[in-house]
Amino acid sequence: MILPAEAQAEAPFLRGPDAVDAALAGRLLAAALAHGGDLADLFFEYRRTLHLSLEDGRVRSAGGAVDVGMGVRVVCDGAVGHAYAERLDPRALLAAARSAARIARARGKPRRPAPLAPVALAGASLAELSGAEYAAILRRVDAAARRHSPAIARVDASLALVRREILVVPSDGPPRAEIQPLLRVSAAATAERGRRRETGTSATGGRRDAIWLSGHVPENMGEEAARSALLGLDSRPAPAGALPVVLAPGDAGIWLHEAVGHGLEADFVRRGGSPYAGRLGEQVASPKVTLVDDPGLHGAPGSLAVDDEGNPAGRRVLLERGVLRGLLCDRVSARALGTAAGAGRRQSFRDVPLPRMSNTTLLAGDDAPEDIVRSVRYGIYAARFSGGQVNLGGGDFVFAITEGWLIEDGRLTAPLRGVNLIGNGPAALSAVSMVGHDARLSDSVWTCTKEGQNLFVGVGMPTVKIDRLTVGGTAVGRPA
Amino acid sequence: MSLPRASQRQLDELRRAAERALAAARACGADHAEVRLDHGSRLTASVRDEKTELLSEAQTSGLSARVVCGGRVGTATTSDHSPAGVEAAVRRAVEFAALGEEDVFAEPPPPHQLARSWPELELYDGAVARIGAERAARLAVWAERAALAEPRVLASGGAGCTRAVQHSLLATSGGFVGGLASTWLGLRAHAVAGDGTTRRSGHHWSGGRHLAQLEPPESIGREAARRAARMLGARPIATGNYPVVFGPEAASALVGLFAGCALGDAVVRRRSYLSHRLGTIVAAPKVSFVDDPHLLRAAASRGFDGDGLPTRRLDVVRKGVLRGFLLDSRSARRLDLAPTGSAGTSGTASASNFYMLPGRMAPETLLRPIRRGLYVQALMGLGFDPGTGDLSRGAEGYLIEDGELGHPVAEVTVSRNLDDLLRNIDAVARDLSRRGAVSAPSFRVDWATVAGT
Repeated sequence: MILPAEAQAEAPFLRGPDAVDAALAGRLLAAALAHGGDLADLFFEYRRTLHLSLEDGRVRSAGGAVDVGMGVRVVCDGAVGHAYAERLDPRALLAAARSAARIARARGKPRRPAPLAPVALAGASLAELSGAEYAAILRRVDAAARRHSPAIARVDASLALVRREILVVPSDGPPRAEIQPLLRVSAAATAERGRRRETGTSATGGRRDAIWLSGHVPENMGEEAARSALLGLDSRPAPAGALPVVLAPGDAGIWLHEAVGHGLEADFVRRGGSPYAGRLGEQVASPKVTLVDDPGLHGAPGSLAVDDEGNPAGRRVLLERGVLRGLLCDRVSARALGTAAGAGRRQSFRDVPLPRMSNTTLLAGDDAPEDIVRSVRYGIYAARFSGGQVNLGGGDFVFAITEGWLIEDGRLTAPLRGVNLIGNGPAALSAVSMVGHDARLSDSVWTCTKEGQNLFVGVGMPTVKIDRLTVGGTAVGRPA
Repeated sequence: MSLPRASQRQLDELRRAAERALAAARACGADHAEVRLDHGSRLTASVRDEKTELLSEAQTSGLSARVVCGGRVGTATTSDHSPAGVEAAVRRAVEFAALGEEDVFAEPPPPHQLARSWPELELYDGAVARIGAERAARLAVWAERAALAEPRVLASGGAGCTRAVQHSLLATSGGFVGGLASTWLGLRAHAVAGDGTTRRSGHHWSGGRHLAQLEPPESIGREAARRAARMLGARPIATGNYPVVFGPEAASALVGLFAGCALGDAVVRRRSYLSHRLGTIVAAPKVSFVDDPHLLRAAASRGFDGDGLPTRRLDVVRKGVLRGFLLDSRSARRLDLAPTGSAGTSGTASASNFYMLPGRMAPETLLRPIRRGLYVQALMGLGFDPGTGDLSRGAEGYLIEDGELGHPVAEVTVSRNLDDLLRNIDAVARDLSRRGAVSAPSFRVDWATVAGT
């Protein structure tokens, strides 16, 4: 949906007396390129946030922020000069442009930016509620958790709303703008029985509106957190050692985000730090693995029409039947590798764009999920996760399970205490032996951190069996 | 130490903006308000293959306001210090407060408890403030060159230098005003080593408030290279229970988890396995943990806390016994304890310089009695439940064989409940070095479960 900029935007650089016009943008880009450089871009960003937290049944604090500014970048022979202004005052903007231009000092002739085309605005506003209505949503989460069981001794819930609007003006292409709203709700319920105490959590969100939130979401969230806490009370130590692991559909996609996704970000590949460097066209995973990065999924947290460098964001096949097909590139790495950009993202105008994921998903296979579980004599079923990390270079990844089950003779038999799984990216990808037909997008908002920059991303996958992965439990030795 | 005149002017300007904010809060009907303002500059220079890859430089400013209206709390932040921006942020905070419910614990600390003076902690160094882009890039190039000098290093993963200057000021309607100028300089290097079949990367960084605290750039690069090369050929070991020595970096990570469980907010929320353990044994007798906000030139030093209360050195664990939590005034009231001056910038408690007291042993003597065990250099991933203390982390390091370091180990996890682990520490080395906010010397634990092959 492309709308005139005036339609829905809140950002002062998109509407009203301070809206950026062609004359100002031209002046700033000319200052940025005053000493030469291959390209320059202006990145205007507006971010309005609201945060509410309910602590043990009471709204403890409510807060929010409005953050507006502009980052300016000059790229000169692969090197990046960057500066920013936290105000839209033209003098501050010009000072930032001059500061970024220093990267190219004494290198080249001034360059003139292309004339500014009209701005196309992508994305849309999503209906919001009033603060009091959001508080009522959190009370519903709280009530649902407590209703679930009298063993629930405490519930905390929180909600965050982010409305981000960006305008990117490159020196060599059309300006683009997008409204990128995001909603995130999370809950934690603590169950107590005797001396044992366990906390279960739940989280959901994405590019979602008030109607979605007001439906069954609060009750589902409360019940899910409570269910998970109660399950924890009955959990037993997980096994330790290399075992077959079945990953549940949805959230387990964070495994692929860590095990492969980061390794396919072009900056790591260029630095030789990725185990996938120089392997385009090679078989790097089981032929059952087809992995895509798709910023076009409806409602998903990583969905974008325009990346933070002003390129249209598009679906990208990373692995096709196990063969490495594509990398995630920003403009700088795309120039160096001769590929297409479109995956450049930044936390804010204070940061430089880096190649990043949007929504990373494994496509469905042919196996029935129940057959996958049935195929395991002794192993674990990993149902819910808290997050992961990858150590690039070696390619080792870890991810933490918050809900897991023991599989014995093809059946789920007992809930397990939280553990980490560890493996090596390429090795684990080759050990994928079954892929379910039940592909599902995680309904959580995941935060991905790279070089200190946090971004919202989505993940998804069907049920998957990995023949051998190291399970970091404490129970040594298999029961007879 | 006297601040340069420009710094003093900067703080005076923040003070005027703070007064405007407090006046606006009063005018909007707030019973109490706290405002924190900061202004500073940040510079980052990254290099790879001796070429500057990124040069980023900017002035930054921020304001965060917390108001209490009829016992209800609202907060707002902005980067706009102009009179209109300050007023708008305060008004938003008051509007947000209307969404809350009365919290009898949210009251500010009584005025007689507020800090009136505080020690000079030497957090500002003019020599750091003067570092410009060229110098920062040069420091990074020196570090990178040293990394590339190691024969098994295939490539530079890049090196970077960060310099920050910050002026910040806290003012409350209860009458507290405190300003602080600080600097930070950090230098990091990343090396990728390879031996034909495998690759490993190694990182190292150094940083400090003063230029003199920075390790020589060459030694930062050399250490990154040594770590990468030393990990070549790393492989998992057989699953089992092993004696484990945690090196300073891994030990610091574990101590950081403990510190998180000792914070007032975690205790109040029952998200801490320590919540009912005050006065009981939570670690081996050899183990003491200290939170010391008064260390000179240290990463997390502070003379007053986020509530405006005086700070002091706290014995959190002494000889294995939990002596106290880290409390801001709100969590202290909830727990019916006295605040410890531990409020962070957001008002909730945070650790300052939190560390484990060093022992007397040389780190290598920790290995001697171990016939077969694991030396953990670094931990990775999540995998900690603060409510139960259950811990399961990815680990890399070396096999210990007959008291010596053996082959490098990767792709294993180390698991044991943190409470059990800390109570079974049987040796603490003397190699404490305070680089980050949380630090610990190497220590040995009788066993932990290692999952590998």
